[in-house]
Amino acid sequence: METLSLLADGFSVALTAQNLFLAVLGCFLGTLMGALPGLGPANGVAILIPIAFSLGLGPTPSLILLTSVYYGAMYGGRISSILLNIPGDEPAMMTCLDGHPMALNGHAGEALSLSGVASFVGAFVATCGLVVLAPQLVKIALLFGPAEYFVLFTVAFATLGGISSTNQAKSAFAAALGLGVAMIGSDSQTGSQRFTFDHIHLYDGIDFLIAIVGLFAVSEVFIFLERHRGQSPNATNATKIGRILPDFGMIKRCLPSMARGTGLGFFAGVLPGAGASLGSFLAYSLEKQTVDHDGKTFGKGDPRGVAAPEAGNNAASGGALVPMLALGVPGSGTTAVLLAVLLQLNITPGPLLFQKNPDVVWGLIAALFIANFILLAMNIPLVGLFTRVLMVPTRILMPVVAMISFVGIYSITGSTFDVMMMVGFGFAGWVLRKLDVPLVPIILGILLGNQMEVNLRRAMTISDGDWSVLVGSPLAIILWLVAITGFVLPMFMGKRMKAKMEKSRTEGVSEGG
Amino acid sequence: MSDRIFGGFGLALAIFYIWAASIIKDSFMVDVVGPRAFPYIVGTILGLTSIYFIIRPDDEPEWPIFRDFAEILFAAAVMFVYAWALPEVGFVISTIFATAYLTWRLGTAPLWSLVIGLATSVGIYVTFHLLLGLSLAKGPLGF
Repeated sequence: METLSLLADGFSVALTAQNLFLAVLGCFLGTLMGALPGLGPANGVAILIPIAFSLGLGPTPSLILLTSVYYGAMYGGRISSILLNIPGDEPAMMTCLDGHPMALNGHAGEALSLSGVASFVGAFVATCGLVVLAPQLVKIALLFGPAEYFVLFTVAFATLGGISSTNQAKSAFAAALGLGVAMIGSDSQTGSQRFTFDHIHLYDGIDFLIAIVGLFAVSEVFIFLERHRGQSPNATNATKIGRILPDFGMIKRCLPSMARGTGLGFFAGVLPGAGASLGSFLAYSLEKQTVDHDGKTFGKGDPRGVAAPEAGNNAASGGALVPMLALGVPGSGTTAVLLAVLLQLNITPGPLLFQKNPDVVWGLIAALFIANFILLAMNIPLVGLFTRVLMVPTRILMPVVAMISFVGIYSITGSTFDVMMMVGFGFAGWVLRKLDVPLVPIILGILLGNQMEVNLRRAMTISDGDWSVLVGSPLAIILWLVAITGFVLPMFMGKRMKAKMEKSRTEGVSEGG
Repeated sequence: MSDRIFGGFGLALAIFYIWAASIIKDSFMVDVVGPRAFPYIVGTILGLTSIYFIIRPDDEPEWPIFRDFAEILFAAAVMFVYAWALPEVGFVISTIFATAYLTWRLGTAPLWSLVIGLATSVGIYVTFHLLLGLSLAKGPLGF
C-alpha cells in the first residue's frame, strides 16, 4: 500500500506538462536512435547526456528525458531488425530471425505492430516487477556495510562479462583499466594528487562522460569507417511495409508467447551479468522448443518468434533497472550509462536513494510507465516515419552523430583538451573492440572506481587495517561465492553459449535471406 | 600475435601504473590504507591479465588492410585537428570541414560532402545554439 501511494506521488511529478513533453521527445529520439543500426540504447543515451545537462534541466526532468530515450531505443531496435535484417542493437538480434522473414512474406507492417505490442507487454510487466522487487532488495541492501559494498562491486565486475563471455581475462583487464582511469585526479579521502603528473587538466580526474561518449559513440564512427566505406545506401533492400494496423487475432494468439518471453526476460535482466541480449535469446529458444518442436515454422516468419524475443528483451531492460536502482550496481552497458546519468545529477543510487529521495525514484518509475504508453501509441501509427529514417544513408548519418557528440562534450566542458581526450578514447575503443576486449567493464570501472575504493578504505578504517574484514560476515562470504562463480562459470560454458547464439543467428540469416 | 603485442603493451602499462602509484605523495591527512593501496591492486590485475594474454593469446582478429587502417588514423587525426580548431576558427567553419571530410571518406561525392557539411553545421548551430541555447565554440567571427 505504501508503495502505491509513493507511486501516485511519482505520477504527480511525472505528469506535469513539461515532463510529459520531455517524455514524448525522449521516446521519439530514443526510437529513432534505436532504429539506426549501430546506435544502440547505450550510444543514444550517452550522446544525449551532456546535451540534457547543458540545457540546464533539473534532475527529475533530465532523468525523465533520458530514461524515455532508454526505453525508446529498446523499442526502436526491432525496426531495422525486421525491415533490413540488421539488428539496431544487440538484443534485437533474435528479432531478425522471424521478423525479417515475415517482412519478406509481405507482413512487415504486422511484424512491426506485433513487436510493438510485445515490447509494450514486456516493458510494462517488467516495470511492475521493478515496483515490487526493488523495495524488497533495498531492505537487504540496508544490511550492507562498507566491506559488503566492496564485495558487491567485485560481484558486478566479475559477472559483467556474462555467461557468453569467452575470455574472462579480457573482462578483468577491461575492469582494471576502468578502475585505473577512475583513480586519476585528487584522492577523495586524503586529497593527494594521483596520476596527474602535475597536469592541471587532470586534477579533477577524467569526466566519465568523456570516456563514455568516446568509447561508445566515437569508436562506432571508426567501426563504420572501416566497414561501410564506399558502400551504397543501406536501405535499398527495405521491404514494403504493408498494413500497419495490428491484427488482433494474431496478437491474441501470441499472448502466451509474450508472457513466457516476459517472464524469462525479466529474470535474466535482474540477474547480474545476464542482460537483455541473453533475455531475448532465452525467450526465443524456449519459445521454439515449446511451440515448434520440429522446427517447422520458426525462422520462416512465425509471429510467435517475433513476439517472444521482443517481450523478452524489453522485460530484461526493465529488470536490469532493479539492481541498478536498489543497489547502485548496473548489470549491463545500458544501465551503466543510466548510472552515469544519475551520478552526473549527483544522485547516488542504492538503498539510501529510496529513503532520502523517494520523489526521484518514484518519479522515475512513473516516467517509465508513461514512456511505455507513449511508445505504444507512437510506435503503431508512426512506424512508417521511423522506417523513413532508415533511408538516410549512413555515410551522412554517422558524421552527423559524431558532430552531435562533439557538441555535447564541448558544451558541457568547454575545453579543447577534453574533446581531444574523447577522440583518444574513441580510437582506443576501436582498438580494444578489435581485440575483443569488452568496453562495458571499462565504463563501469570509471563510474564505480571511486566508490569501490572509498568503501574498501572505510571498511579498513573500521577494522583498523585488518583485511580479513572483507570475509568477515556471512553476507560478504555469499557475495564472494557469487563473484567467483560468476567469474569462473563462463570459462567452462562461455564458448558453448556463444557458439549456440552465433549458430542460431547464422542459421536465421542464411534462411531468412 | 596481436594479443601478445597487446599483452606486452598492457604489461608495460601495468608497470608504469604501479610505478606512478608508488610516487603518490601523502598529504597531511592520512587513513589506514592510504592512497596507494587500491591503485596497487588495480595495477596488479592489469599486469596479471596482460601476462595471460602473452601466454595464451586468442585467435587473430581481422585487422583492416593497410589502406583502411590509414583511413581510420586519418579520421582520428581530423577529429584531433577539429578539436584544436574549434576555438581558433569557430564552431560553424570547423564543423563544415570536419563533417565534409567524414562524409567524403564514407563515400559521398566531394562537392556533395561540402553541401552536407554546410547543412549539418548550420543545422546544429541553429538547433543547439540558437534554439536550445547550448554554448558552442566561438571563433574570431563570433560563430
